[in-house]
Amino acid sequence: MRARIGLAIVLVLLVSQFALAVEPIRVGVYEPMTGNMAAGGQMTVEGINLAHELYPEVLGRPIQLFLVDNRSDQVESANAVARLIEHDKVSAIIGTYGSSNAIAGSDVAERHGIPVLATSATNPMVTQGKDYSFRTCFIDPFQGEVMANYTYNHLGLTKAALMVDVAADYSVGLANFFVATFEELGGEIVSQMRYQTGDQEFTAQLTEIIARGAEVLFIPGYFGDAALIARQLRDLGSDIQILGGDALDAPELMTIGGDAVEGLSISSFFSVEAPQTEETRIFAEAFQAKYGQLPNAMAALGYDSYMIIRDAIERAGSNDPQAIRDALAATKDFPAVTGNTTLNEHGDAVKDAVILQVQNGEFRYLTTVPAK
Amino acid sequence: MNLQMFLQNLANGVSLGTLYALIACGYTMVYGILRLINFAHGEIFMLGAYFIYYNILLFALPWWLAFLIAVGATGLVGVAVDWIAYKPLRDAPRISALISAIGVSFFVQNLGLVVFGGRPKPFPVPAFFSQMVNVGGVRIMSLTFFIPILAIVLFLILSFLIYRTKPGLAMRAISKDIETARLMAVDINKTIAFTFAIGSILAAAGGAMWAMRYPQINPMMGTMPGLKAFIAAVLGGIGSIPGAMLGGLLIGLLEIMFVAFLPALSGYRDALSFIVLILILLVRPSGFLGEKGEEKV
Repeated sequence: MRARIGLAIVLVLLVSQFALAVEPIRVGVYEPMTGNMAAGGQMTVEGINLAHELYPEVLGRPIQLFLVDNRSDQVESANAVARLIEHDKVSAIIGTYGSSNAIAGSDVAERHGIPVLATSATNPMVTQGKDYSFRTCFIDPFQGEVMANYTYNHLGLTKAALMVDVAADYSVGLANFFVATFEELGGEIVSQMRYQTGDQEFTAQLTEIIARGAEVLFIPGYFGDAALIARQLRDLGSDIQILGGDALDAPELMTIGGDAVEGLSISSFFSVEAPQTEETRIFAEAFQAKYGQLPNAMAALGYDSYMIIRDAIERAGSNDPQAIRDALAATKDFPAVTGNTTLNEHGDAVKDAVILQVQNGEFRYLTTVPAK
Repeated sequence: MNLQMFLQNLANGVSLGTLYALIACGYTMVYGILRLINFAHGEIFMLGAYFIYYNILLFALPWWLAFLIAVGATGLVGVAVDWIAYKPLRDAPRISALISAIGVSFFVQNLGLVVFGGRPKPFPVPAFFSQMVNVGGVRIMSLTFFIPILAIVLFLILSFLIYRTKPGLAMRAISKDIETARLMAVDINKTIAFTFAIGSILAAAGGAMWAMRYPQINPMMGTMPGLKAFIAAVLGGIGSIPGAMLGGLLIGLLEIMFVAFLPALSGYRDALSFIVLILILLVRPSGFLGEKGEEKV
């Protein structure tokens, strides 16, 4: 009997040693899988999962992903990151779509010294003054400038109105950067109206915007709200140009907006019609094979974020969060789907923007605006 | 602001107000009879919209049939909710049922997230309702003319049910004194289930109209309209159906006119409704058309 117990103990020890040898590297993901940003979060996770499927290992160890839904909410984002760090013991975190979520989440990661790589959160405050916060996308001062330039110089429109989501850091930030450049160029902001995430009734604001004689409406908001804004603007009889930022890049804009969003143009990170690197082609084909549709910018950034984290772990040579952080900060010319990626001293990627336009119910590539 | 703009805003306000009125009716009816604020009303409203969506998408039903089936199904859900969440608490203090209602609200929302998914869905709007009618330069959605008609028809049916039928008599008896009604051999459970069925039908009708006006549905869509309709019901005098209609119309007009006249404050629109709620509770807790100071036992 005693011998048997001894044998069992030896076996258990052996098995545990074996298990340790292939102990996976734990990477957290927090994205909005529900709530008003769910489309953005789910597309991002599709990209992350695809990358994980194609490249499941690093340093000879499997990568294990832990996904937590941040419900498009700031408090839930902070909770999600705390859970990933304290409960799931992750070494690095990918996420998230939505700047308000990313600001709240990266604050928690910063306190714990765990590196976090935001996928498509473009507000400067996501990485500002934080050592452990990075992002795969460009930031809003650039995006605002791109859209202001496009409006004033390319479209030749000089009277702009805005619909700003005051409950979203992204929207307020992007609006300010757009306004600053637009006025600098000599354009006039005729009206700046406000709403809150999830509002559905915009006719009072739009009636005001129409009465002010705006030639263009810039919506630095999220896809769901923007689709309803576009519908109500058209219902009120206005046919002015509508423009937006990267957060309008979701199929829901077209399915909900219908005819009202035809001709609407946005700035975004990526288009399959304008491949940046060899990796873009691999990604687009694999994505279409797995999901039966073409990827958009959110999926591409999810894919890239996974690949950049994986590359950093490889260069760090371990799953030590500090080593991963240092390797992330040194990311240089990484051949990502959305273009070669270098993270600057703030932890932000510097990348080209693309301008897309809704044509016959889908986003088509118009032009690329180079980074500077 | 010129006259044209004012009229456009007036039309927008009435359009929003009639929607609130429709939802507030269901709230107030359940309260009037059971003294229960059914906080799950907004979620029943959401279910109504989703049922129509799936009827049209999966079974390719014509919209009116999809509407009728969904409304009926939502009525059954209302009965089920009563049976599961409120019936066991019939003799408990009123606060228990209120807490149970909040629980149902969260449960249905999260069930919706699991079953329907978190991404918003485009609600199919029949072309007949989404046409814009131009009245002297003011553009109004044809649906806006239809909602008050629906509200009045429902109001008439409801009045008939409550004042001219036997179940209606039982409902009124319960609203006066549940214990005495029980002693008089009124089937309490059946009558209350009936009340919930009607309340849920009203919520589903409201959900259908709301989804046609704002054709983006998601599992959280009931929260805000539910709260606003609750405020409308309180403003009109909770328990009073004409009061709910008046309150809904007022809240809708107030929200639109607030943004129209004070565009710089447009971000505070939601706060306005809640300020109205606080004011009315302070100044006239029984609302405009509510029964004054008559506390029922």
